[in-house]
Amino acid sequence: MSGPPRDIDALIALMARLPGLGPRSARRAVLHLLKRRDAVLAPLAQVMATVALTAQDCRVCGNIGTTDLCPICDDPRRATGEICVVETVADLWAMERGGAFKGRYHVLGGTLSALDAIGPEDLRIPDLAERVRGEAVSEVILALNATVDGQTTAHYIADALAQTGVQISSLAQGVPVGGELDYLDDGTIGAALRARRKV
Amino acid sequence: MEWREDGILLSMRPHGEGSAIIEVFTSGHGRHFGVVRGGASRKRAPLLQPGAQLDLTWRARLEDQIGSFLAEPVQSRAAVLESPLALAGLTAACGLLHISLAERDPHPQLYRRTLSLMDAMAGGADWLGDYLRWELLLLDEIGFGLDLSRCALTGQRDDLAYVSPRTGRAVSRAAAGDWAPKLLPLPQALMGQGPVSRAEAAQALAVTGHFLSRELANESRPVALPESRNRLLARLSRDTL
Repeated sequence: MSGPPRDIDALIALMARLPGLGPRSARRAVLHLLKRRDAVLAPLAQVMATVALTAQDCRVCGNIGTTDLCPICDDPRRATGEICVVETVADLWAMERGGAFKGRYHVLGGTLSALDAIGPEDLRIPDLAERVRGEAVSEVILALNATVDGQTTAHYIADALAQTGVQISSLAQGVPVGGELDYLDDGTIGAALRARRKV
Repeated sequence: MEWREDGILLSMRPHGEGSAIIEVFTSGHGRHFGVVRGGASRKRAPLLQPGAQLDLTWRARLEDQIGSFLAEPVQSRAAVLESPLALAGLTAACGLLHISLAERDPHPQLYRRTLSLMDAMAGGADWLGDYLRWELLLLDEIGFGLDLSRCALTGQRDDLAYVSPRTGRAVSRAAAGDWAPKLLPLPQALMGQGPVSRAEAAQALAVTGHFLSRELANESRPVALPESRNRLLARLSRDTL
């Protein structure tokens, strides 16, 4: 029995390591690429080679860019004095998709986790404290996940920055846009009720 | 193999693409692991947070296998997310149960007390005294209960001021004599039943922490106490300054 040639097999094996893909779906994706070599495979390979060479973490916020200062940190219009703290680059991109936040970001690179032995030194919390002291920061917005680890991290950061005197806030928790009360868990309904506002 | 009972979720970690391995604490089956199919999905993951009360059905072909759970939410304790102290208390309790209990070893009394402690935390009640008594019970359940009822030397029940760091037995002020500097101070918060202040709770946690560290440390884990428990003590100590 003869399978694909070695190079193609290696490509399948690498593709199968991507999130959401297994060996079978990786084979299908590779076959799709091979069928469309000129239109998809060659440009994809070229772009991937370029990104592999140029991608780097922003030295200020931890965002991923192609220069040592990401476009957000490099943009003087984003110097509003607000820093939004997020867990991962995926969260930063989600905030940017919303387009509601006009300030700058700080990517922690994870959350505190006792089980995984992730402490404050393993995250970019000391860098955040340094930024708050060094830049003209008026408010730090903690946009961390509403999970036990996320909120433990948020409380830790609030404590760590308490001495700086900067205003610290966190995202509201409650009913999502388009959400139906009947489908919400009791914790979310409770949080929404506690955070109710006058209309 | 199959069983069904309520349990408290202690930890959850993703497994594969969409599943999760959860660790729960139940009355009849103790600390127990199992796979939840689809447990890491967007819909299910928010329900599998530490402290959540779950209706669990465990199935496996053989008893030794990790097996799989069907987990339905019974009660969320999401209210603790808004209170830094309650969140620190809940994660400390989950962390201590994680490292101190043997797998599948039932502790029904400890389970009942854990349940009422977490309910108090989520309900915004004054739970510090309950937490101290819970740690004393935990020490008892892992085989090193402190005897704070009478003096180890004289047998008297009043004027108890110290606890022996070696035996965990109380010592009266009069009997301690020159040995007093070598003994641990016995905070009254560990003796009473009522509410305790944050300062008293911090002193008492230092004492229970001594015995928990000694009992739980081993070669693979020289630092015995979980970081979450250290953070609870740090928060209480800081808030009392």
